[in-house]
Amino acid sequence: MSAARAARFWAEFAENRVAVVALVVVVAMALLALLAPWISPQDPYDLSRLSLMDARRPPGFVGSGGYVHLLGTDPQGRDLLSAIFHGLRISIQIGLAAGAVALTLGAALGIFAANAGGRTEAVLMRIIDLQLSFPAILLALVLVALLGQGKAQLIAALVAAQYAYFARTAYGAATAERRKDYIEAALATPLPAWRVVLRHLLPNCMPPLIVVATVQIANSISLEATLSFLGLGLPVTEPSLGMLIANGFPYMMSGRTWISVYPGIALIILIVAINIVGDQVRDQLNPRLRR
Amino acid sequence: MLGFVIQRFLQAVLVMVAMSVIVFAGVHAVGNPVDIVIPPDATQDIREEAIRRLGLDRPLWEQYLIFAGNLLEGDFGRSFVYNVPVLELIAGRLPATLELVLISVISATILGVALGVYAGYRPEGWLARTIMAVSVLGFSVPSFWVGLILILTFAVSLGWLPAGGRGETVEILGVPWSFVTLDGLAHIVLPAVNLALFKLAMMIRLARAGTREIMLTDTIKFARAAGIPEGTILRRHLLKLISIPIITVFGLELGSTLAFAVVTETIFSWPGVGKLIIDSIAVLDRPVMVAYLILVAFLFVSINFVIDLLFALIDPRIRARRTA
Repeated sequence: MSAARAARFWAEFAENRVAVVALVVVVAMALLALLAPWISPQDPYDLSRLSLMDARRPPGFVGSGGYVHLLGTDPQGRDLLSAIFHGLRISIQIGLAAGAVALTLGAALGIFAANAGGRTEAVLMRIIDLQLSFPAILLALVLVALLGQGKAQLIAALVAAQYAYFARTAYGAATAERRKDYIEAALATPLPAWRVVLRHLLPNCMPPLIVVATVQIANSISLEATLSFLGLGLPVTEPSLGMLIANGFPYMMSGRTWISVYPGIALIILIVAINIVGDQVRDQLNPRLRR
Repeated sequence: MLGFVIQRFLQAVLVMVAMSVIVFAGVHAVGNPVDIVIPPDATQDIREEAIRRLGLDRPLWEQYLIFAGNLLEGDFGRSFVYNVPVLELIAGRLPATLELVLISVISATILGVALGVYAGYRPEGWLARTIMAVSVLGFSVPSFWVGLILILTFAVSLGWLPAGGRGETVEILGVPWSFVTLDGLAHIVLPAVNLALFKLAMMIRLARAGTREIMLTDTIKFARAAGIPEGTILRRHLLKLISIPIITVFGLELGSTLAFAVVTETIFSWPGVGKLIIDSIAVLDRPVMVAYLILVAFLFVSINFVIDLLFALIDPRIRARRTA
């Protein structure tokens, strides 16, 4: 995208104030996640620093560390604010990683199918359609159960649950672009076909893929939280937001609501903000809604 | 047409065989089930006896063939943990899930269509905007979090509704149901609302999009010109026209809601199939996991098969294309 086009895109984006606020929120949360090890009052993964004396204390409690726990502590005696910063870090990390791998894999598969044609195309797209009709949550659940716990396994499960959306989108965009004259012309030159696909076809398939990517990153984060909440996500030693919420769930009945509620609020703000930004980008890239 | 039916049927069978292989092979990669069924201090003899009894000493492909043969006879094996036939176990849990899913999807559809038609009929009004904003939330907020908030609000803070379990049930035709007793109804409200919210958001969007499109068509213009009252137009013509996609989605969603109930059932300790599968995953109860996955795959393949046939009946172009 040229600088002038980027500027125009941004100007249009800036017209929607809600979207701008959402973008600021997303960036701020990403920064918090990035800087978590330096800005957190406590290292929540260092078990030797945790004291059960501090467990389940309400917000504002001054613990054995000598500082105020602004959001209280969790059942292991972790400072909840620190745990949320680190949880954000894990959630965003997993969301981005799963989104990036699913995007690459899905786009490659979709564009390959569109170019292969014939039986290969039909079989591939049939498999992808079939998978799309299968609920993503169930697929991820099963895969996590089969692969076991761990970051890589979780990302693999999320990718398997989501790549089909990218493949469908890339396939749709690629079949539409392929019929256009510039691709025909490029294919008529002695350049190898893969070069035409990479340099000319792929860039023109990117806009719809970017839109799907924003939504799918939010979905990955939400899915990861759900899996962790069900106890099937990450190991307990590195709690993501979903696991923090799950940890507090048993204490909710007795009124210690903060343990679940604060990580939950962080999660919701993150997901909703990403979705709002994604919606705005989609509207801007949709030619049918162009003024 | 017959060729198309046969081709699609063979495809469905092929998918089921592939699924059964994947599920079987995958489930075999996790843990050693022998450690679950025998005590850790068992002697080597007991251990080997258990391995033989479970058929785990045979080669994998032989285990699969036995497994597939049993599946075809409707024998899904016995649960390692409960030691009862898996099919019996799942059948016993199914009514609870079905009850929850049906109540959720039906109420979400009725309410969603009403709100969606309104939002599409008066798209600029404040109420329509509010409805749409809420539907965005319904889409993006994870379902388990909504469940938590529902419990926190209505069970913990207000104390109006129970937070878990099925409550008092009454047996009809030998199957316990919750919705026939007041206590059971009270127990079903929160999980049903939790499960319905996402579907509600989707139905609102679907009905709104359909309404906006159809209100601009000639049908509505002519009906108005003929002096038919607006209420009648909405009920007689609009509702009929938007019902086709809504019924399609309703059918599709029944299946996916059945799967999604896993989350809701866990939060509200609803003793359905979803809770069973989560518990089984936790203790590596292999036969239950396999049976559940095979049944869900079967459900989805069947739904897809029926939808393919229905679409082919409606649209002759699909029949002619005969994709592989």
